[in-house]
Amino acid sequence: MNLSKKSKVFIYILLTAAAIYFLAPFAYMFFSTFKSEAEAIAYPPKFFPSQWHPENFIKAWTSQPFGTYLWNSILVTVLTTAGQVISCSLVAYGFARYEFKGKNILFMILLSTMMIPWDVTMIPQYMEFNLFGWINTLKPLIVPAWFGSAYYIFLMRQFLMGVPKDFEEAARIDGANAFQIYWKIFMPILKPSLILVGVLNMITVWNDYLGPLIFLQDRSKYTLALGLASFKGVHSTQIVPMLCITVVMIIPPIIIFIIAQKYIVEGTSGSIK
Amino acid sequence: MNRKKFFRTATPYFFILPWVIGFLVFTIGPLIFSLIMSFFDWPLTADPKFIGLGNYIEMFTEDDQFRKSLVISLKYAAIFVPLNMIIALFLAMLITQPVRGVKVYRTIFYIPAVISGVAVSIIWGWILNSDYGILNYLLSLLGIEGPRWLVDPAWALMAVILASAFGVGTMMLIFYTDIKNISIDIYEAASLDGASVSKQFFSITLPMITPTILFNLITSIISSFQQVTLVMLLTGGGPLNSTYFYGLYTYNNAFKHHKMGYASANAWVMFIIILLLTALVFRSSSAWVFYETEAKNSGAKKKRKGGKEA
Repeated sequence: MNLSKKSKVFIYILLTAAAIYFLAPFAYMFFSTFKSEAEAIAYPPKFFPSQWHPENFIKAWTSQPFGTYLWNSILVTVLTTAGQVISCSLVAYGFARYEFKGKNILFMILLSTMMIPWDVTMIPQYMEFNLFGWINTLKPLIVPAWFGSAYYIFLMRQFLMGVPKDFEEAARIDGANAFQIYWKIFMPILKPSLILVGVLNMITVWNDYLGPLIFLQDRSKYTLALGLASFKGVHSTQIVPMLCITVVMIIPPIIIFIIAQKYIVEGTSGSIK
Repeated sequence: MNRKKFFRTATPYFFILPWVIGFLVFTIGPLIFSLIMSFFDWPLTADPKFIGLGNYIEMFTEDDQFRKSLVISLKYAAIFVPLNMIIALFLAMLITQPVRGVKVYRTIFYIPAVISGVAVSIIWGWILNSDYGILNYLLSLLGIEGPRWLVDPAWALMAVILASAFGVGTMMLIFYTDIKNISIDIYEAASLDGASVSKQFFSITLPMITPTILFNLITSIISSFQQVTLVMLLTGGGPLNSTYFYGLYTYNNAFKHHKMGYASANAWVMFIIILLLTALVFRSSSAWVFYETEAKNSGAKKKRKGGKEA
């Protein structure tokens, strides 16, 4: 399809206007992290700092144990991602490559769990984890991820359904057992789907606020999202340190997204139908 | 021999075992427990007391905030869901145009969707600040006196909607991949027939993506009812409880006031409302959702019928 020059220009104008809407807040925030506090809340506001204060970052970072929060966030993100990738691929493999009694009804149940609002399970889960003695530990945030998540299982199963039926036959004739077939043959094929689920989970868990808010109490257990939110409460009068930590916090998911966006775009396209 | 047979039958169940355990321990167990809790007066620190439908009766007859929060959440969903879908579809149309560099724009539009709600609330709280916020400054350059976004009860809900719409990228991407999958031949045939761009949009693109519209409609209704992080941090439910969303109301009942039984009842009411709304949308979908396979099947049927007659 070819467009006339006039409509091309029109499209670029619209695209650029939208891009400004999405990028300007980030740019404005980025430059403001280098401002003095007085300049950051001056009216009328200025876009660029008149004097650059890179030390703002160090001051903000050392004003609370952000190193500990960062470590907790990394720990939770890495451990849940490993758990999701392993458990979801096992379950998806079972659903996609086998026929067994009750398969359809179990899969329907799996799909319907995606509709349950978090409030309904969050309260009893809190009681449950309290009973296990897990409150104020990172366990409630990590352990459930090792038992799969409906949406990720669904994505991987869709991917596996596309692999030709006779694929495992040859391996079975060679005497490989079920687990070997899953691990040696299907794991490599699943790679794009594993990356997709891994990245989606990393971004979700890194950003999660409600889970940490409910299950953690001590500052030594805080994740970065929770630390930043509590920082907002304490420092609500000071905007610059808050912006500095915000910039630090949003960089990892943005980088991961930019690197892995090919998998996200492709994964989105197959998932709905 | 028997053992071998057992293993063969059991193998698929071994594979799905992690999910089955997780489902029992982290989903259905808590779900049933939550339903039981909703019939109890269950303070966190004292013994629970069975009160039958007491929590539900209190909610509908005595608790004013229940009704108010429900209305706020419904209002939010009624404005946010269509608005978000229109913006998402508009952006998706833009990035499927055959011009160079659209992939860069696609990336830019999606970036706000990958950052934490905590970060979004800080950024927008600062931009919308009525004393030094840049948005009202920019509006003043245009000669408009901006509202006191987060302080004025009449505008706070709009402020939350504005901040939520920042994450429109997720939905945009779903529309985008679907529009991309529409065969280019259909458009070429249409433009040969002289169909205008807007005609092509309304009679090709829109009908072709109705299944995706249905999907986005349902997922965004569900998620807008559960919206809590953003209000908690951007407005805290205020000013004057004007953004006291239902999700926040439930959360506060549970974890601030420690009324676990009452909050469970709150959550179940929301669950039932979500189920009803979803069922309603699904029922209506046969009237407006167009499935390609369906059309093909009925086309094939017609042919077969015609064959018989001949």
